[in-house]
Amino acid sequence: MIELKDVRKSFGSLEVLKGVTLTVQKGEVLSVIGGSGSGKSTMLMCINGLEPIQGGQILVDGIDVHARGTDLNKLRQRIGIVFQQWNAFPHLTVLENVMLAPRKVLGKSKREAEEIAVRQLTHVGLGEKLKVYPSKLSGGQQQRMAIARALAMQPDYMLFDEVTSALDPQLVGEVLDTLKMLSEEGMTMILVTHEIRFARDVSDRVAFFHKGLIHEIGAPEQVIGNPQKPETIEFLKSVL
Amino acid sequence: MFETSLTWNDVLFLLQGAGTTLAITFWAVLGGTVLGMLFGLVRASAPWWLNLPVGFVLDILRSVPLLIQFVLANSFKSILKLNISAFTVGCVVLALYTAAYCAEIVRGGILAVPPTTRRAARSLGMTYTQDLTNIVFPMALRVALPSWIGLTLGVMKDSALVLWIGIVELLRSSQIIVTRIQEPLFVLSIAGLIYFLMSFPIARLGARLEKRWREND
Repeated sequence: MIELKDVRKSFGSLEVLKGVTLTVQKGEVLSVIGGSGSGKSTMLMCINGLEPIQGGQILVDGIDVHARGTDLNKLRQRIGIVFQQWNAFPHLTVLENVMLAPRKVLGKSKREAEEIAVRQLTHVGLGEKLKVYPSKLSGGQQQRMAIARALAMQPDYMLFDEVTSALDPQLVGEVLDTLKMLSEEGMTMILVTHEIRFARDVSDRVAFFHKGLIHEIGAPEQVIGNPQKPETIEFLKSVL
Repeated sequence: MFETSLTWNDVLFLLQGAGTTLAITFWAVLGGTVLGMLFGLVRASAPWWLNLPVGFVLDILRSVPLLIQFVLANSFKSILKLNISAFTVGCVVLALYTAAYCAEIVRGGILAVPPTTRRAARSLGMTYTQDLTNIVFPMALRVALPSWIGLTLGVMKDSALVLWIGIVELLRSSQIIVTRIQEPLFVLSIAGLIYFLMSFPIARLGARLEKRWREND
């Protein structure tokens, strides 16, 4: 379970999160929608401790992410994150990209790591590309590789930060299909996205972010289908 | 018909000098690269209270002419009555000089690694050190290699300056022969050829590595 309690986060004098409270249950798929700069992506960075927070508390399975003694490297093994920019390691093959963390971080043997990597890459449809370097892949394939790389750590939670925003339109579908597959397998996911229709399809709940706060949250039929707040209605009108 | 008083012994003497040049270059580049990586890391990511003094020392090493550094170091050695050879002094001074340049090359390479890539590595649970050794250094190496090869070739030629502290390397040995047989053009041509033959494989190696990496990424 991921719990955010009145989380505040600033960059200098700019307050990006202004008291976000949120609970994500095991097995739940939560989509986060909202305008640019509303704090959606920042929230993900705070959940796995890539960004410090200035107030409130974030608990992952009861562990306080930002407490002094918390071993963030240990915690991050259980929280996978995929970014808008896929961030392939360019000097490693697709297979090596996925094998690296299981080997170095989890201490798996080469054979074990390779087995995991091949399984995850096949899972996202890259079983034919094992020996290829990332530069030879399309954006969609690189993004799926990034997903496999995160999954290879066998995380309990997956965070997706606008993973289709930097892709050519014709490549968006293949990545969304991968996300859908994961949601159907019961992975706990927080999905920051601009794909509203997709969010409606796969999510258990949708949260609308506005000016650093969760403005409206609930079932997709409610938040997307029948929004109550004027800001939500306005935002959905502008993107749909 | 071409005639020369250069003997096979002279050629052997030149090759001995070349061996000394190679040895000094080897130790200077080895030490300079190890130190350069350390200093480069400091320059790229250490807090100001470490970065500033290190940067200052490296600036001195880069801006004082190498010849002066050799002579000064050698004089200090005598004044302090240190029991070390001129060869060692030469290697150490040249290594520090190399480190100063190497640090900037390493810094440039490290800064060329996108922060988002490092963030992705950390998000997988890698520690700072694991990120450095598995992601940052290999990626930085690809950026830094051409400049590093250039530095190595430069150091090989700069190593000639150790003749001022009494070391007989390739240039000094050719001077000695020139003084005796008075055929500067011929002898210096041979010395130049030897320098070229020592540099060429290094340049080729660099080009080959670069090509291989370019094909991949």
